[in-house]
Amino acid sequence: MSLPVVKAASYILVHTPDMILHYGTTCSTEHDANPNSELLKKAPEHFRSFEEVVKYAPNQAYIGNILPDEMLNLPKPWYGNLMQDATAEGKMGQIVSQEEFILNIKISDAFDLVMLEKSFLEEHKARIVDNKLYSEKELAKLKEGFDLSDIEKKVQEGAEPLHSNHKLVGCVKAAHEKDKNLTSHIMVENLVVKASGIIALKNLIHKNNIPAESIEYVIECSEEACGDMNQRGGGNFAKSICEIAGTVSATGSDLRGFCAAPTHALINAAALVKSGVYKSVAIVAGGATAKLGMNARDHVNKGLPILEDCLGGFAVLVTENDGISPVLRTDVVGRHTVGTGSSPQAVMESLITKPLDAAGLKITDIDKYSVEMQNPEITEPAGAGDVPLANFKMIAALGAKRGDIEKTAMNSFIAKHGMPGFAPTQGHIPSGVPFVGAAREMMIDGKIERAMIVGKGSLFLGRMTNQFDGVSIVMEKNNGSTEQAQAVSKDEIKGMVADAMKEFATFLLSGK
Amino acid sequence: MDLENQKRVLDLSEKYGKENVVVVLGTAEAESAGLTAETVTAGDPTYAGPLAGVSLGLSVYHIFELKDEVDAQVYDDQCGMMEMVLDIDAINKEVGSMRQQFSKF
Repeated sequence: MSLPVVKAASYILVHTPDMILHYGTTCSTEHDANPNSELLKKAPEHFRSFEEVVKYAPNQAYIGNILPDEMLNLPKPWYGNLMQDATAEGKMGQIVSQEEFILNIKISDAFDLVMLEKSFLEEHKARIVDNKLYSEKELAKLKEGFDLSDIEKKVQEGAEPLHSNHKLVGCVKAAHEKDKNLTSHIMVENLVVKASGIIALKNLIHKNNIPAESIEYVIECSEEACGDMNQRGGGNFAKSICEIAGTVSATGSDLRGFCAAPTHALINAAALVKSGVYKSVAIVAGGATAKLGMNARDHVNKGLPILEDCLGGFAVLVTENDGISPVLRTDVVGRHTVGTGSSPQAVMESLITKPLDAAGLKITDIDKYSVEMQNPEITEPAGAGDVPLANFKMIAALGAKRGDIEKTAMNSFIAKHGMPGFAPTQGHIPSGVPFVGAAREMMIDGKIERAMIVGKGSLFLGRMTNQFDGVSIVMEKNNGSTEQAQAVSKDEIKGMVADAMKEFATFLLSGK
Repeated sequence: MDLENQKRVLDLSEKYGKENVVVVLGTAEAESAGLTAETVTAGDPTYAGPLAGVSLGLSVYHIFELKDEVDAQVYDDQCGMMEMVLDIDAINKEVGSMRQQFSKF
């Protein structure tokens, strides 16, 4: 049977500096513990403007305007060497301003929980009325605005504020008086992940001329949980995103697995398409407010801008083979099993070499590995090192230990098969999937043959297990045949012949 | 060093006695290894966790420093690959320096 393909991918960022202070866990916990702290006083001085965020090289790589490897030719630090000709519109997505995003939160609001101030609403609505991303139906959801005094009153009563440039411009109310899972804070988190997921899915549709009604199933794979006190995490973000994005023929569900969830979702989507259950499956995720400014303390202390000032989102469309788009090798899938163990070596073997060995491929047969693609400018000042580089080193070391490459060739292997990290540290966003779009482009342009998408997750954070987790899948250049199928081994052919002989013998013996 | 681990180290040292606790680190970076070693000896330098202002002075090593104490096959399976990847000298130097300055056991 034909292999499924990566038909399209979209990547979006939302610049949300004010949310760093109010909803990022680093600053909000600091606010609770020490409201007059130096960090909270200094943080706003370290905010970047929208223009600076747009011109930041890792962000341009994320939305598809440059390939990740092109960042190697740009002077560092990237935050100090902006790309002057960069634009907010990306080949694969876009960077959205905080003001436009606040309108999207209102568009995502199905229960009248969001109140926006009148003049703010009118000013920024006027800027999007001609934007083809927004339908009349969506614009109608913006409704009339409220007086600032009404919003201030609601905030005093416990609603969560929405700020723009340090000014109160709206609020999100609790969805229930007593339910701890429907508090105003949780409603903000959930509306934000929904709204940014919608933007990602709409970019996927519009930028690639995908008929919205052709998508049959959507898997949402972020890290938030919606549901009330009787079913925390019950879902279904996916369907709520489909409703606004206009994918009227789709249903969907939510898949969770921390940072590994997007790669789990990609494999699930590929399996659903390959099996013929659905012809067209999108995976989608919006961003997490909690992680905004996660390393703000270190960034501020070291005099850097607060680089975790954007929500991330993405969507990938998996469809039946079109003979052009790269295939997803559903026969080359790695998984970290319960019995694998948690040493880095065992993890890397289960995700990298085991599936390659089973398919008769060498470590060097994969042109690019997409691992945890966090932007190192964010993590290094916080003492967490260059995460993608550490992953590439581990793959190279594994190759050297197995004798696939010489130990002396480790650095050249890393340079050739790796790439600089460019993804925002938004939990589920950086792991594996950020490179799917670039890999698709590089394969169609004949620059690479194969990439391995590796998703890894730290499950201990949920306090249910100390197990590590991860999955991987290989993307491969389409050979042009819509019947591109996985190789059938000699043993499988023998088995098929034996089954046919058995059936024939049964037929003869039964005398029918 | 995250706040929960600080609490665990504090609880264990209170339960078993500081002289009976050895902290073994698996940190991948010299800077963070040093900070963790400092936390369990001199106290939390970020003043954010339960070990802020608490100088436990515990004995602390990175697993790379304990190579000769571990079964060779187990060490190779668990640490062999990472030994090729990480800057062992820098990590060991950083942890060793903290141990010499602040460990009391």
